[in-house]
Amino acid sequence: MNALPKNLGDRWEMVIGLEIHVRLDTNSKLFSGMKASYGASPNSQVSFLDAGLPGTLPVINQKALAYAIRFGLAVDAEIPPVTIFARKNYFYPDLPKGYQISQMDDPIVGKGHIEITTEAGEKVIEITRAHLEEDAGKSIHDKYDRYSAIDLNRAGTPLIEVVSEPQMSNAKEAVAYMREIYTRVTHLGICDGNLQEGSFRCDANVSVRPKGEKELGTRAEIKNLNSFRFIEKAINFEAKRQIKLLEAGDKVIQETRLYDADKDQTRSMRSKENANDYRYFPDPDQLPIRITEEMIEAQRQCLPEFPAQKIQRYVDELGLKADDAMIIANDINMSTFFEASGKQSKAQADLNAKFLLGEFSALLNTQGQSIEDSRIDVVSYAGLLDEIESGAISRKVAKQVLDEMWESGKSASEIITSKGLGQISDVSALNELIAQVIADNPSQVADYRSGNTKMFNYFIGQIMKQTKGQANPVQTKQLLEELLNE
Amino acid sequence: MINLSIRQLSEMLQEQQISAQELCAVYYDRCVAHNETTHALITQRQELCAAEMLQAEKGIETGQLLAGIPLAHKDLFCTRGIKTTCGSKMLAEFIPPYDATAVARLKHAGMINLAKTNMDEFAMGSSNEHSAFNPVNNPWDLSRVPGGSSGGSAAAVAARMVPVATGSDTGGSIRQPAAFCGITGIKPSYGRVSRYGMVAFASSLDQGGVMAVSADDCGLVLAAMTGHDPLDSTSAPEKPLQWKKPNDTSLKGLKVGVTQVWIDSLQDGGVKKRTLEAIEYFKQQGAEIIDINLPHADLAVSAYYVLAPAECSSNLSRFDGVRFGHQANDAHNLESLYRQSRSEGFGSEVKKRIMIGAWALSAGYYDAYYLKAQKVRRLISEDFKQAFAEVDVIACPVSPELPFKHGEKADGVSMYQADKFTIPASLAGLPCLSMPIGFSEGLPVGLQLIGGYFDEQSILSVADKYQQDHDHHLRIPEAFV
Repeated sequence: MNALPKNLGDRWEMVIGLEIHVRLDTNSKLFSGMKASYGASPNSQVSFLDAGLPGTLPVINQKALAYAIRFGLAVDAEIPPVTIFARKNYFYPDLPKGYQISQMDDPIVGKGHIEITTEAGEKVIEITRAHLEEDAGKSIHDKYDRYSAIDLNRAGTPLIEVVSEPQMSNAKEAVAYMREIYTRVTHLGICDGNLQEGSFRCDANVSVRPKGEKELGTRAEIKNLNSFRFIEKAINFEAKRQIKLLEAGDKVIQETRLYDADKDQTRSMRSKENANDYRYFPDPDQLPIRITEEMIEAQRQCLPEFPAQKIQRYVDELGLKADDAMIIANDINMSTFFEASGKQSKAQADLNAKFLLGEFSALLNTQGQSIEDSRIDVVSYAGLLDEIESGAISRKVAKQVLDEMWESGKSASEIITSKGLGQISDVSALNELIAQVIADNPSQVADYRSGNTKMFNYFIGQIMKQTKGQANPVQTKQLLEELLNE
Repeated sequence: MINLSIRQLSEMLQEQQISAQELCAVYYDRCVAHNETTHALITQRQELCAAEMLQAEKGIETGQLLAGIPLAHKDLFCTRGIKTTCGSKMLAEFIPPYDATAVARLKHAGMINLAKTNMDEFAMGSSNEHSAFNPVNNPWDLSRVPGGSSGGSAAAVAARMVPVATGSDTGGSIRQPAAFCGITGIKPSYGRVSRYGMVAFASSLDQGGVMAVSADDCGLVLAAMTGHDPLDSTSAPEKPLQWKKPNDTSLKGLKVGVTQVWIDSLQDGGVKKRTLEAIEYFKQQGAEIIDINLPHADLAVSAYYVLAPAECSSNLSRFDGVRFGHQANDAHNLESLYRQSRSEGFGSEVKKRIMIGAWALSAGYYDAYYLKAQKVRRLISEDFKQAFAEVDVIACPVSPELPFKHGEKADGVSMYQADKFTIPASLAGLPCLSMPIGFSEGLPVGLQLIGGYFDEQSILSVADKYQQDHDHHLRIPEAFV
């Protein structure tokens, strides 16, 4: 579904706020010390605490706390001197304790902000807060006829919930905001960013109001959006649904809705009247946690360079084209590979970028492999770049060598030597070859010398044909010119 | 033998005048003989655990003081492989797969677990009439209550079924039954004893402690239970308690704070008389008696009965019949499973407190009740802080009355008011104990001693001194001699 059509867009505006759940990439759960890896067999990663057994007590995972602080620093947020965990009480079978440990007052991350870029330009979105909480388990309703199944592996895994101000005024901005948060948490190394596994998911609060109106309209909350594409469609559908209601003189009711991607529509899940009273109160099993300057400083040291800064550096210091710099910098895995190979290789950064985005990415795509677990590692890749840079092979041959490397696991230099793929850069050898071509084609030479300069390419073609493309193109061109113009 | 102190028993074990096996057999037989009349125990171990006996024998060889001494645990301490009911139908068949930290530490010290003691359901009650099993009878008068919620532990020690038992105290649950049963019981400072493995009632108030014949016995066993536990975030980082039985036993110069208004308010002449006598004794011994003021203490019961139920309403949510505990067998959907399991599994007092607590936490009432009660709690802590700037210990009544008859207090509020002298120190997280100071109408009377934060040593020392000059704590009810 598209953005608001012009006739609606002239009369109405959307107000969107997002709550993003970021699964922290820690080894263990938030309070139990149990492993927290994804995809283990059901209920194989459940401690006594995760199962809610009586007498068990939560002990905070320091790493999760550190990651949350790191996130706060990355969005210029206030980190309070003391943070408090609270209980959110409700009954559900995948919530074994009957409450979720979350935060209410004094969350670990206070007010912050980020800048987003859309076609309309740049905009600052304020972050209200971000708090730590444990995830619930998983209920599986479609496996057995008369029962629901519960998998508690996920119960207690650490999340941060990032709450934005309602400051986005269209779905594109919401997507840009979500992407920006996504980029930060993946660059910070605190989230694996796996959307399918639910490591990054979002609830969108959407309302509409007549253009120019100051008061916010009644909002609906769309739950559990885990794709950038769906969130855009869901918001646009929802806004149009609300406008239709209001224009017909009906009211929007405050409720929770689910987005059905197959039907491209949202449907009601529960209304506010049926909403739980969560009876939040400070978790008496934990004392308030003091956040020291040292803890904050340690995380400041862990802050990486963000894409915007990286793009700038790539362009200014490495001489990359802005477009290339952007593509590489925005993908943490690609920029890591790019920088590591840059350190290993003597090749110009621009050659590295072009080859990485060109031939190498094409190969990875065909093979369906991602760059972080590419079969060709940084060192081998850098070796290939060096062969191009030194003129030993052309880029065309390099493509062939790359394929060979993938198949055989051999290094570029081994392949070049064994297959005799090295470029001919020896001046005397090239001179001999060119002299022979000139001698073999007297009429074409006469033609060229009488002013038909287009014939130059004919000779290049002949030389390349004879050398199977191995003649160094720059040197060949230079020597040919010299000999023809003698 | 049944009136020997732990030090004396330990000496006999070390000198091989008796084996751990034989000592346990003496108490085992008493457990069997007296449970019919007292109902002090919910679970008796049918045979002694071989691993525990081995640990005890090793401990005796290496001179560990507690090695070979039998004990019983209040039935809210999780004991691996042994039923832990918490006095509730909800957990009637619950067998924990782990030991509470306190249990593990005492096991490590070589103590031998003989039984699990009866208690008010989920530690909610002051009479033990709220046990889902048989209500406990007071060994001094079987028609009377032993106090609660650690009434089973108190009765078991009073009847010398065990020399010592663990207890837990949220608002007076060790001190009041200790007073009612004529034994000594200590609730340490909040954070002293790990709460890991104790089924929670009110997390910010619950503390494990000890009930025994004498203050010295209490000190020895308590010391072995204390020390930081990485499994409990509220466990204090301090080193374990080092209970040193004082050599210099003079009370000269000791500043004893007395809440005169509390004593004046006592309606029961016997309780009042014994309390004044005990204070007179301190004075005779050279202590300086200072009248102290706790201006907010009157609000303690009201604040407590908001905070404790609020926490319990959340703590008890996990008993939903899904993973463990009582499960209704004719539920037809999720909601009826919850409703029926909880309706059948919990007793009336527990339900009442869950409802009070859920209400106090609900939207629109939170500020007026929960937050206000938290403020009162802080004010009471401040009151104590000011008092302890002037005094070393505070002496005051434990209970305003003598042990009452079963069924005598049908009305909840009057039962709640019975905790008015014990709740203030609980809210402030301070160490406190109850020791026997004589009898009235043939029933025991206790005195409460409250210490500064983490100063268990002072209150135990004062009690120890008192017990060297008196023998109330050594009296055993006739039927159990």
